[in-house]
Amino acid sequence: MTVQEPTRNRTVLVLLDPATEVRSSALELFTIARSLGRVEAVALEAPTVEVLAQLGAFGVETVHQAELPPSYTGDARHLPVVVGAALAAAVRRTDADVVLAPATFSAKEASALAARSLGAGLVIDAAGVREDAEGRVVATKRVFAGAWDTESRVTTELAVLTVRANAVVPEPAPAAVATEVEGFAVEVDAPAPTVVARTPKARTGGRPSLEEAAIVVAGGRGTDGDFGPVTELADALGAAVGASRDAVFEGWFDQYIGQTGVTIAPRLYIGAGISGAPHHRGGMQASQVIVAVNNDPEAPIFEICDFAVVGDLAEVLPQAAAKIRAHRGE
Amino acid sequence: MRIVVPVKYVPDINADRRFEDCRVVRDPAEGSLNELDENALEAALRIVEALPDDERAASEVVALTVAPADGDLALRKAFQMGVDRGVRVTDDALAGSDYFGTTAALAAAVRKLEAEGTVDLVVTGMAALDGLGSVVPALLAAELGRPALTLAKKVAVDAGTLTVTRETDDATEELSAPLPAVLSVADTANTPRFPNFKLIMAARTKQIEAWSLADLDVEAASVGTAGARTETTSATPRPPRPEVEVVQDKGEGGTALAEFLIRNELV
Ligand SMILES: Cc1cc2nc3c(=O)[nH]c(=O)nc-3n(C[C@H](O)[C@H](O)[C@H](O)COP(=O)(O)OP(=O)(O)OC[C@H]3O[C@@H](n4cnc5c(N)ncnc54)[C@H](O)[C@@H]3O)c2cc1C
Repeated sequence: MTVQEPTRNRTVLVLLDPATEVRSSALELFTIARSLGRVEAVALEAPTVEVLAQLGAFGVETVHQAELPPSYTGDARHLPVVVGAALAAAVRRTDADVVLAPATFSAKEASALAARSLGAGLVIDAAGVREDAEGRVVATKRVFAGAWDTESRVTTELAVLTVRANAVVPEPAPAAVATEVEGFAVEVDAPAPTVVARTPKARTGGRPSLEEAAIVVAGGRGTDGDFGPVTELADALGAAVGASRDAVFEGWFDQYIGQTGVTIAPRLYIGAGISGAPHHRGGMQASQVIVAVNNDPEAPIFEICDFAVVGDLAEVLPQAAAKIRAHRGE
Repeated sequence: MRIVVPVKYVPDINADRRFEDCRVVRDPAEGSLNELDENALEAALRIVEALPDDERAASEVVALTVAPADGDLALRKAFQMGVDRGVRVTDDALAGSDYFGTTAALAAAVRKLEAEGTVDLVVTGMAALDGLGSVVPALLAAELGRPALTLAKKVAVDAGTLTVTRETDDATEELSAPLPAVLSVADTANTPRFPNFKLIMAARTKQIEAWSLADLDVEAASVGTAGARTETTSATPRPPRPEVEVVQDKGEGGTALAEFLIRNELV
């Protein structure tokens, strides 16, 4: 894919939270940002040297690092009211035209709060962002469990958008730049809750995160509690592991895919022992290729998949994993 | 304790949800109360039920919707769960509202309720299953000048302080704030109750209070299509997926799956 050249001289601010690692969702946002204008980032903490090198490679000219009031420098800096205030202050400072943020719940709230205080148009969960002939920002969205595509045009000067993972393939800039870091003062005047405790989630070492993975293998009630075959296939494919809500409610896994869980749109989704309830489909139906393994030939998930295996997942998944490992020469 | 629960009537997730002229088709026969609002109603009712008798008797849970007349179906369901009052804000000018227009109307209605006495808590669900934006609770809190404690999976109210546990994408957090506040609850927060016969009967005769924008001092031009900052320019159904390839596992299903992935360069 070649990144489209912007037709206007825009400044695009990308939310980078945390700033101690660059997730693939951030790399996607930088890639989209370059197609719209000059790319800058907003951070709530100092980016590390490694992070700055990656930002440079993706064409990020400047990182605006928020200097927060003392009561917000700790765990409270990740609160949406704080991040939203930082985004709004950064827009005022840079006169930015577009703000892009990832599609996490916190980033959605922060983006909405910034858009509110700046009078900007807001699009949540864009699956693609482009400019139209008049230079307005246009976002595509997948709605109604992936059954419809809509396009929305932002009619205000400033456009604020959160973008789903796997919207584009991240691509470094043609030429790297030297990224500068500039501090700027942020005031937080909206009432904020107190953060009594915060335990960061360990990002599972070897496996990619569910939100960002290109391949996801998910297990449901049909695993009957044994996620061994699911993780075995996931590891053979270098995939993330996911689940249905029922499997999570049973305590078999910790993250579920769906309308109220994580929304994903990977290149490949494999669902095993998952019936394909509408709530689940709403979170994965936009996947490029869908494979389902289910012992019930009438399972609704078969209606929306590209490849179906009618069989027992405990047999099918390990066999598939072995074949894939053999193919890879392991 | 006075609690307001904003609720929404949405097209049923199992129905044929569709657009016409870039607008969502509202078919009253194929809609329901947004399921995630049931978690909000449940949370609100439990907070009141946990109060000492005297405070409980003086408490009120109000379900609030911004919708055309079909919004009554959402309020009726809320009555069946046990809320005391139902308010519907209806105005032709509200059609086509974006997140900010909807929030402005909700906030104005909360302020009007506040004129009768303090509204201690606004409790919402985590999202509406049609739009799935999940930003209205935070916007409503900003509009009302109250702290937002969103996506709670555990909720406690004690001596005027709200404490929640929540899962964000990055962390598990415990947040607290003094009331008044805005709370949104995740679908993991509770299991909504089934309406009992007595409440179902009582819900039939409960009066719904209907307010217009004029009652709320909201300018028509600031909401609806007129005030919206985004416009939907197209809505198209996605093409159906190509024919599904089905393999019946007779001992080689896993190998067939792997070969499909290899053939399609997914490995
Ligand atoms: C408000 C609300 C929100 C919700 N949000 C979500 C959400 O975000 N995500 C979500 O996933 N769910 C959600 N749900 C729940 C959803 O409606 C379904 O109940 C759930 O997705 C079902 O999970 P499942 O497919 O694992 O289980 P089931 O529906 O029980 O399906 C299990 C499947 O496994 C198959 N099976 C059994 N044994 C085997 C075997 N040995 N090998 C192969 N196949 C086998 C069965 O044939 C069956 O099809 C929500 C529900 C509500 C009310």
